[in-house]
Amino acid sequence: MSVAETDIYGNSPQGELPPSHVRRRFGRAAGRVVSIVTTLLGLLALTFFMGRLLPADPVLAITGPEVSKEVYDRVYMQLGLDQPVWIQFLNYVGNVLQGDLGTSAISGQPIIKDLLTIFPATIELAFAALLVGIGLGVPLGIVAAVNRGKLIDHVARIVGLAGSSVPSFWLGLMALFVFYGLLRWVGASGRVDVFYEGLVTPVTGFLLFDSALRGEWDVFRSALNHIVLPATVLGYFSVAYISRMTRSFMLEQLSQEYIVTARAKGLSKGKVIWRHAFRNIRVQLLTIVALTFGGLLDGAVLVETVFSWPGLGQYLTRGLQMNDMNVVMGAVLLIGLVFLTINFISDILYRIFDPRTR
Amino acid sequence: MTVPATDTLPSRPGFRGWLTEPEPKGWTQASAQQFYQGWLRFRAHPLGLVGLAMIVLLILVAIAAPLITSYDPIAQDLSQRLMPPSAEHWLGTDNFGRDVYTRIVYGARTTLHIVVLVTVIVAPIGLLIGTCSGYFGGWVDEVLMRITDIFLSFPGLVLALGFAAALGPGITNAIIAISLTAWPPIARLARAETLSLRQADYIAAVRLQGASSLAIIVRHILPMCVPSVIVRVTLNMAGIILTAAGLGFLGLGAQPPAPEWGSMAATGREFMIDSPWVIAAPGIAIAVVSLAFNLFGDALRDVLDPRGSE
Repeated sequence: MSVAETDIYGNSPQGELPPSHVRRRFGRAAGRVVSIVTTLLGLLALTFFMGRLLPADPVLAITGPEVSKEVYDRVYMQLGLDQPVWIQFLNYVGNVLQGDLGTSAISGQPIIKDLLTIFPATIELAFAALLVGIGLGVPLGIVAAVNRGKLIDHVARIVGLAGSSVPSFWLGLMALFVFYGLLRWVGASGRVDVFYEGLVTPVTGFLLFDSALRGEWDVFRSALNHIVLPATVLGYFSVAYISRMTRSFMLEQLSQEYIVTARAKGLSKGKVIWRHAFRNIRVQLLTIVALTFGGLLDGAVLVETVFSWPGLGQYLTRGLQMNDMNVVMGAVLLIGLVFLTINFISDILYRIFDPRTR
Repeated sequence: MTVPATDTLPSRPGFRGWLTEPEPKGWTQASAQQFYQGWLRFRAHPLGLVGLAMIVLLILVAIAAPLITSYDPIAQDLSQRLMPPSAEHWLGTDNFGRDVYTRIVYGARTTLHIVVLVTVIVAPIGLLIGTCSGYFGGWVDEVLMRITDIFLSFPGLVLALGFAAALGPGITNAIIAISLTAWPPIARLARAETLSLRQADYIAAVRLQGASSLAIIVRHILPMCVPSVIVRVTLNMAGIILTAAGLGFLGLGAQPPAPEWGSMAATGREFMIDSPWVIAAPGIAIAVVSLAFNLFGDALRDVLDPRGSE
C-alpha cells in the first residue's frame, strides 16, 4: 500500500486500450475501494484464523475445567462451534461489523469498550515518540548528508542504527533503572502519579491535552513527567529509519544543479540547505513519518509492557498472558486497522502534496 | 559492473590477476570477478566490515560454546545465587546460580538457531510465491499479492505475537510465528525481480525450446532472484532477532531453562535493582548482534544499490 509498492504495482493492466483521463481516475478509485475491502476481509480472516489455532478449548475457558456434559454442549452450541467454519467466519465478520468483539475474560467488559478507553493512551505515546523520532532523526540525517563520508556521517549512522538495534524493552528497563531508580528524575509507571489519577475527566482521552484544556497544570506536569521516558525509548527506535531516509533524500537534492546555481549566486550554505534542499524533501518526509508511526505502534507493545502504560500494547500482552484469545484478536485487529488507515492516509497525502503523482 | 581501469597490465599473475582479467573466460571466473568487485566496494565501508566481523564472531562463539566456557548453562547451583561479576563468574550469576557469561555464550546458539531456521523457511516460500506471482501475472498475481498485502498490513511484532499466542509458547512455534510475518517482503521483492526478467530474451528462448512454466521458474528465474533475496534477508535479520527477543521477553519464545537472551532479560527484571548484571548482559548481547546485522546490511545495501548513498 505504500508509495513505492503502488509504483511497482502499476494499477492499469497492460494490453488494454489507454482509457480516458476520467475513466482512469474512476477506475483507480474503484480499484482502490475493492483492494481496501479485500484487505479488510483478509485482516478479519487472519484474526479469525488466529482464534481457531488456539490450542486451549474456548468452551472450557468460559465454563471452567469442571463442567457437566450438558452445560459443555450448550455452551458449545451457543458459541456456534457446531457450525461449519465458513459460517463461523461469517458470524465473526457480522459481529465485528456491529462492533461486537466479544467479552474480555479479564475485565468482564465488552472488548470494544476496553479498546476505546485505552486506545488514546497508545496514540498519545506514539505521537510523543514520533516527535522524538523526528526531532532527532531529521537533523541527524541532514547533518550526515551535508557531511557525507566524513567522520560525522559515520557517527550519525551509528547513533541511528544503535537505536534500532537495542531491544526497546531492555532500553526501557535500563532507563527506568537509571532515571527513576537512581536519579528519581521521572515518574515510574503509568500515565500520571497515582493521586492524580481520574482527576481530569477525559474529553479527548489524551491526558496531556485534557489536563492542559482544564488548566490542571499539576496533572499536566505529572503526565509529562511520565511520558518522557517511554516516548524517548520508543522514539529512539525510529531514529535510524528517519535519519537514513532524510539523508538519502537530502543527498539526492544536494546533487541537483539548482543547488549549485543557488550556491553560485552567493547564498550561504545554511540557506541553501534549509530554504532550498530541505523544502523539497518535505513531502517525501511526510510519507516516511506516516509509515514510521505504524512501526511505533508495533514497538509500543513492548514499551508499554515495561512502563505499565495503560494502552493497547499492555492490554494485548495481558491478554496473551491470561490466554484471553478474544482480547488478543480484538487488539490485533485494531492495530491492523490503524496500520492500514495510516498507509492509506500517507498514500493520499503523498498524492495531494506531490503534484508529480497526479 | 565497473571493470577496473583498463590500463592495468593485461596479464597480472596469480589469483588476483585471474580476478581482475578484463575478459573473463567462463561462468566461474565471471561470477568470481563480480563477487570480487562487490567485495572491493564493500571493503570501503569500515562499519560494514565491523558488522561482518561481529557476525563471524557470533557464529564462532555459537560453534565453540563448550570450549569457551567450562560451566553448564542449565545446571543450578543455589549456593552461588546472584553473585556479582568476579574472576570465576565474569558476568556474575543469575537467580539460580547459573553463570551468566555461560548462558550468554550458549544463547548465541539459540539466536543462530532461530536466525538460520527462519531464513531457511522464509526464503523459499517468499521466492516461490513472488516468482509465480510475477511470472504468471493475471489472477494468480492478483490473489497472491492480495494475500501478501494482508500480511504486510500488520506490524510484524504484533502479528508474530498473535500467532505465537495462538500456537502456544515454545521456540519452534516462535520460529513459525516469525516466519509467518517475515515472508511477505521477500515475495514482493522476488515478484519485482521476476517482472523485469519475464520479458528477457533468454526466457523467451527457453520457452521456445519447449520448457514448462515450472522449469522456467525454478531453473531460470528463481536463481536470478537469489542474490537480492539474500541481501533482503540480511537487512531484515536485525528485526527478526529483535522480534525473537521480544517474544522471549514476553514468555512466548524459548522456554526456561533454555538459554535465550530475551527470556534471560525477563528474569533479570525482578532482580534489576540489586543485581543489574543479570539483565544488563543479555540486553547488550541482543543489541550487539542486531547492530552487527544492521551495519552489515547497511553496507551491503550501499554496495548493491549505490543510488542515494555514496
